[in-house]
Amino acid sequence: MRKRRSRLQTSRRLLWIAAGAIIVVALVAGLERWISGIGPQPGAAQAIGGPFSLIDQEGRRVTDREFRGKWMLVYFGYTRCPDACPTTLNEVAGALEKLGPLADRLQPLFITVDPARDTAAELTSYTKAFDTRILGLTGSPAEIAQAATAYRITFARHEMPQVSDYAMDHTSVLTLLDASGRFVIRFGDQIGQDRLAEKLRAFLEKG
Amino acid sequence: MLRTLIAAILLTMTAGLAVAQQTDGVRVSDPWARATPGRAPNGAAYLTLVNPGVGADRLVAVSTPAAEKAEIHEVIMEKGVMQMRPAGPLTIDAGKTVVLKPGGYHLMLMGLKQPLKAGDTLPLTLTFEKAGVRQVAAPIGAAGAMGPAGGPTAGADPHAGHDMSQHKP
Ligand SMILES: [Cu+2]
Repeated sequence: MRKRRSRLQTSRRLLWIAAGAIIVVALVAGLERWISGIGPQPGAAQAIGGPFSLIDQEGRRVTDREFRGKWMLVYFGYTRCPDACPTTLNEVAGALEKLGPLADRLQPLFITVDPARDTAAELTSYTKAFDTRILGLTGSPAEIAQAATAYRITFARHEMPQVSDYAMDHTSVLTLLDASGRFVIRFGDQIGQDRLAEKLRAFLEKG
Repeated sequence: MLRTLIAAILLTMTAGLAVAQQTDGVRVSDPWARATPGRAPNGAAYLTLVNPGVGADRLVAVSTPAAEKAEIHEVIMEKGVMQMRPAGPLTIDAGKTVVLKPGGYHLMLMGLKQPLKAGDTLPLTLTFEKAGVRQVAAPIGAAGAMGPAGGPTAGADPHAGHDMSQHKP
């Protein structure tokens, strides 16, 4: 009787511990998602990325297939953005420099979410101010929307009537895809060039 | 008589201006700006506002001869989505410091008359509700720089901040 009760207590305690562990795991997972705010959904990692057809800085049509064999580091932004976009492109440029020859395995892309104003010429002068290896891409509004959807980037025009201008709200993340075009990881835009270089090096050294 | 009156008025005005600039109101320090990449017509400038006084003050207006318009903006991150919004007037509470920096507040320069070049200086005029008008010259750093040109955070890790922690082993 006494033994049974103690066994019952033990199993009940185990149950509590298990329940506690589950709650902790769920909280940590939730917290992690909440902190990054951009984490891929479990089991849906492959859904990030995919085919796109856009116009490069020279006005040539390019598709994602052209970059096979190279890792792709993709950022969506726009040239009239004075804060988040230069921060990120400066991080990318700094990381490229730190990577040295390993950077040859990487194709950084800057895809505009403001195709109405970001022409091929506009993009060329913009990206080359950071690093000539960063390729700017534009396209029709439909093509940009398609690419953004594939990369799970949301963007919206925000009017600033007092200055008769508009800003573009946009997801500000760097997306890394491997040489086969498969999604690998996303980095927040405040990662810093040292950490970005370190993380990229670990991936690029694998192939 | 009239001349004396005008002189008196002028004298009062100048005195008033001098007083406005000497009050121990908001202090402006470490102004800097980012070079603009390519033909980008918008730029950003940053600085630190220190209010050692006993009352709050507000930065109500910004201007520069280098741009058609300047505004106080804030970058808000919502679930990874970057949103840039007008944020003026900017309140600096008594005894508080407000740091304008990438990823937070910036002075948005719209319609630049020419690209901002690294190494040049950007003149800025700040108007405060109480402290009056302040003029500062912001050295221009690299495009995408994270701190004042030549400073510890210029172009470096944004997490390093001003504490120079990046120099620790
Ligand atoms: Cu702005």
